[in-house]
Amino acid sequence: MPEPDVRGAGGVADGSATIAFRGGGFQPQPRRLVPFIVFVLVIGLWQAASWRGWLPDLFMPSPWQIVGAFGDMLHSGTLTRHVGASLSRIALGWLFGTTAGLAVGLAMGIFSVARAGGLPVVSALFPIPKIALLPLFILWFGIGEPSKVATIGFGVFFPTVIAAYTACDSVPRNLIRMGQSFGLPAHAIVWKIVVPGAMPGILAGFRITASIALILVVAAEMIGAEYGIGAFILSAGNLMQTDQLLAGVTLLSLLGLAVSTVLGAVERIVLRWR
Amino acid sequence: MDLRLDGITHRYDGLLVLDGIDLLIRDGETVAIIGPSGCGKSTLLGIVGGLLRPSAGTVRTIGKPRADSLNPFTYVFQDFALLPWRSVAANVALALEHHPLPRAERQARIKAALGLTGLGDFADALPRQLSGGMRQRVGLARALVVRPAVLLLDEPLSALDAQTRELLMEDLLAIWARERSTRLYVTHNLDEAARLADRVVVLSRRPGRIREIVSIDVPVAERLSASALPVIAAVRDRLWALIRDEARVAEREVQHA
Repeated sequence: MPEPDVRGAGGVADGSATIAFRGGGFQPQPRRLVPFIVFVLVIGLWQAASWRGWLPDLFMPSPWQIVGAFGDMLHSGTLTRHVGASLSRIALGWLFGTTAGLAVGLAMGIFSVARAGGLPVVSALFPIPKIALLPLFILWFGIGEPSKVATIGFGVFFPTVIAAYTACDSVPRNLIRMGQSFGLPAHAIVWKIVVPGAMPGILAGFRITASIALILVVAAEMIGAEYGIGAFILSAGNLMQTDQLLAGVTLLSLLGLAVSTVLGAVERIVLRWR
Repeated sequence: MDLRLDGITHRYDGLLVLDGIDLLIRDGETVAIIGPSGCGKSTLLGIVGGLLRPSAGTVRTIGKPRADSLNPFTYVFQDFALLPWRSVAANVALALEHHPLPRAERQARIKAALGLTGLGDFADALPRQLSGGMRQRVGLARALVVRPAVLLLDEPLSALDAQTRELLMEDLLAIWARERSTRLYVTHNLDEAARLADRVVVLSRRPGRIREIVSIDVPVAERLSASALPVIAAVRDRLWALIRDEARVAEREVQHA
């Protein structure tokens, strides 16, 4: 075998070859323009199809018509009224459900008796689509706000319980042992180790319950409400005002985005240590 | 305060891991415990500090712990066990928060512990910002801040790379020269045992029994000097000779867990 000739590396005549690169890829890279292009393209195609008359206005209004309907709602003040009604129901229901859910979930995460007693009840009630209970809540609380708030609260409660107690389980045992080894009293172990350690799981649960609250508020408002995004969408559908209907749907998308932005900010602050 | 272990025996679900450990540990002494994997070293440490209940046997203290000790038996953990959401200083403070101390003394203790471990400039850093070696220094500072009578070190350097381990061994020797406490040091690293301990307890393969106790006749204060090197090397060879065959058998054993 001849001595390798370093000078000739990459050359042809001496039979050497450069090693072909075969790594890289399979790693998402930021592509800042692509999201905008796709978004504009989809809306643009939709608008173009409407102009061309491929989409009947009555069943599929153009983006421009939806924006118009949006503007009308904004001017007449119906927008604020509907959004305000929905938001206050979501806020109240979510707050009640989350407060109760955290109390029960943390208790189940910390105390064996609470876990053993709570788990079968939670497992039995969790799978019920909570909107099915609205008629019962209407009988109990009347057609007004309390029945809607209760439905949302109930829907938020169970996922919160599950998120909280599984988050307690995910707190590393060695941290708890450390607390014991330094003689920390049980309440200090709970408040200084278990609860902060469970925060990532609890906050992840908030994302789920926020979307559940949004679903339930729309469903509840469709069953019986004067104001609220759900009621607005339903009545727009009944009157075949599809531009208004889709404006309401767009509103839901924006609302969901806003909620997830807020939760993202909360996560960044609370979980700064990660 | 001396420490006396009488017939410590421990079973996990019927599997005997420790069998009749008798040991007297004198006040201020550093005792290393080595042995093949699964010989119950860490279990023994857990029992001494009251984190595990032995199946049989007792651990007794003879005499009183030092008066300023807030937590006589204090651990340093292999995985550091730091609270990731607390800063360095707050992690150290955790060990004091449930003790009624004047604010000034609390601050002074924390400052002293951070100084002793070379963390003075890192008080506000979060654990994730620190290297493994610095994290274990936080674990050490947290242990020292309560002025332990017995420091229980559970493979404290095992999670560190070789160079960091070397540095921390030097730091430990320096700390031990200044901080007086009894030390029980569990490790699988023979070098650590030979360099840091006054006596090395060699445990046999499971069930762990005391096979031999090797004394190292160089004062801990002189361990870094050149004259100590041959002694340490000889001890290290001796320990390896004691442990080697059993380590090989233990390595080939099917895991029971």
